[in-house]
Amino acid sequence: MAEALTCDNRLTQEYLDIVDEIIKPYRGQPGNLIQVLHKAQSRVGFLPREVQVKVADGLGVPLTKVYGVVSFYSLFNTLPKGKHKITICAGTACYVRGAKQLINQLKEDMDLEPGGTTEDGMFSLDLVRCIGACGLGPVVTVDDEVHGKVHREKLTKIMAKYKEE
Amino acid sequence: MSSINLTIDNMQVQVEPGTTVLQAARQAGIKIPTLCYLEEINEIGACRICLVEVQGARTLQASCVTPVSEGMVVRTNTTQVRQVRKMNLELIMSNHPQECLTCPRSTNCELQQLASELGITEIKFAGEMSSYEPDYSSASLVRDPRKCILCRRCTSVCENVQKVNAIGPQERGFNTIVAPAFLEPLGEVSCVNCGQCALVCPTAAIHEKDQTAEVWKVLADPKKHVVVQTAPAVRVSIGEMFGLQPGSVETGRLVAALRKLGFDRVFDTDFTADLTIMEEGNELLQRIKEGGKLPLVTSCSPGWIKYIEHFYPEMLPHLSTCKSPQQMFGALAKSYYVEQAGIDAADIFVVSIMPCTAKKFEAGRHEMADSGHQDVDVVLTTRELGKMLREAGIEFSALAEEEYDAPLGMSTGAGVIFGSTGGVMEAALRTAYELVTGETLPALDFHAVRGLEGVKEASVNLNGTTLNAVVAHGLGNAMDVLERVKAGHQYHFIEIMCCPGGCIGGGGQPIPTNREVREKRMAGIYNADQGMVIRKSHENPAVQALYKDFLGEPLGHKSHQLLHTHYMPRNRH
Ligand code: SF4
Ligand code: SF4
Ligand code: SF4
Ligand code: FES
Repeated sequence: MAEALTCDNRLTQEYLDIVDEIIKPYRGQPGNLIQVLHKAQSRVGFLPREVQVKVADGLGVPLTKVYGVVSFYSLFNTLPKGKHKITICAGTACYVRGAKQLINQLKEDMDLEPGGTTEDGMFSLDLVRCIGACGLGPVVTVDDEVHGKVHREKLTKIMAKYKEE
Repeated sequence: MSSINLTIDNMQVQVEPGTTVLQAARQAGIKIPTLCYLEEINEIGACRICLVEVQGARTLQASCVTPVSEGMVVRTNTTQVRQVRKMNLELIMSNHPQECLTCPRSTNCELQQLASELGITEIKFAGEMSSYEPDYSSASLVRDPRKCILCRRCTSVCENVQKVNAIGPQERGFNTIVAPAFLEPLGEVSCVNCGQCALVCPTAAIHEKDQTAEVWKVLADPKKHVVVQTAPAVRVSIGEMFGLQPGSVETGRLVAALRKLGFDRVFDTDFTADLTIMEEGNELLQRIKEGGKLPLVTSCSPGWIKYIEHFYPEMLPHLSTCKSPQQMFGALAKSYYVEQAGIDAADIFVVSIMPCTAKKFEAGRHEMADSGHQDVDVVLTTRELGKMLREAGIEFSALAEEEYDAPLGMSTGAGVIFGSTGGVMEAALRTAYELVTGETLPALDFHAVRGLEGVKEASVNLNGTTLNAVVAHGLGNAMDVLERVKAGHQYHFIEIMCCPGGCIGGGGQPIPTNREVREKRMAGIYNADQGMVIRKSHENPAVQALYKDFLGEPLGHKSHQLLHTHYMPRNRH
């Protein structure tokens, strides 16, 4: 099984074939749009134009509708995720303890915005709802590693560690 | 089923089951303001301007989507109703640019009118403005998302009537925008330029590309010989720009007004409509005789042409190779006419007045230059012409009627009916019958192909062979007919018009254009036909002279060079 894609914007034939496989059982069934987009995203990692075109033609849904759905739901993304996925908890507790400053810091230091990916494809950032670790707030996870009580210097250190890898 | 009794503003009202409160109120002569609602097209209850009080309901109800029920008690004019409607409108206005003074829709804008009717005197909530830029990429239309109130009328028309789906609601929250997928420019997607979206938009968020400045400029240039052609459907709608009734036949005043504007010659697209019948009619008979590709499909409607190029490219060989009457006119103006008038083809400028936004795109197609110059230089819609006449201070309704110039202004009733769905078919049948049978048609009117029904069929006996004809208008109906052809239906001749009602309902026509207006304009077209001395294309003496002096014969060498064209498959996405 192909690994989820990371930084390259172009899809290889392998991925396009995977998308075709996903679409096959739903051919001509516009009602299954969201489900198919989900499956495609979980296998490919993101939903670039060429995948949306395949889904549109396969299910018989106008491309305008497909993009309408993809751009409406925040769980769909049209850009590839970075090699490392950063999430910042945007729950109330983390927020009042400084999550907002951390978001600003990533914007200033790395031009990284929520939902976006850095130029070099190393990091992507998403905000998540409360992950239930309020005592540790603000909480930042990088890939599967959870960091609690993060502040400016600590975040700089964490980033540096991943950059070295 | 028995009818339903309800009370609206203390009046007893009786309506059919399934009626909405809004419709019931209208039937009772009570006006409820609306914004997103568009009869038969957009009934989604989005704007909440049409709120009313329904006794027993906890909140105010959107009357456009609330069905009536037995014993219902409705109030449309309470203090609360007025206040909440007003507040909802103020919220819509909070991120709308205050540009009425310079706006193309000023005085013809539903939002502006509503603000006045609901008595809005100040902007209470000054919100953040949308930062989306206008989109000028289309040859026909301009999108200005800043003025969009997200009523979705345009997307309903594009999706459900035209079935093109070029635009839709994208993104979310404050960033919501009506646009093509990926927010791509309108000029680069499969939009067919029909302008039906512009026709239903309550504001200036989608409107025609204004090219009046180009025409003013050339009218002021003494070196240019500027000729104008008027499409059949314009004569029954231009009056509306000056408060006259839809369908009022204004041919004579239209000609007078154009002369007053300064055009050197005023000609008629009806002339080349007659010519189209000669070329296309012969093409049909030839294909039947020689076993060519059938059914033959008409090619007058540029929105339809772009549609088939994007969505059914495999069926392009069915299209008639005839250029549209507008393009035939341009090609002849810059060859035949300049030759006769002794003018250098480089000095003539051809302007078209069209009920259509797609004609702007058609005129710019690079293959439309067989005379050695672009056949048609600028296309103005009926609306743009109305604006020019106003700017020139021409009092349309006070003008005395005038006649078109010869020779390209000479036409027949068959040319006029091109303006309505079914008209090309009827004109073709009038001529084909007489050419094939050699007999005079007993009755000229083919009622089976007239009217607003989406798909109309007729069979005509031509000397023993039956000709199966079908007529569709609106691209959704066109799609149905194409699918019938694919499924093996045996037709010989198909007329397709992109816009509902045909050109009388075109995207460049005065706003509003709704069912009632379409019916009136259509009646105007058939009145105009009745009023013509000659009503069959092949009897047009100027067309006969054109063949004798210049073209030779229908489908001859010169015709092919000037009057016929080819098409190109385009991608769907
Ligand atoms: S769209 Fe209507 S309300 Fe908006 S600026 Fe234009 S005229 Fe005024
Ligand atoms: S011009 Fe026609 S096809 Fe294009 S967006 Fe408007 S309604 Fe759709
Ligand atoms: S562009 Fe016009 S018709 Fe379409 S949603 Fe906006 S305001 Fe409504
Ligand atoms: S007109 Fe009824 S909700 Fe907009």
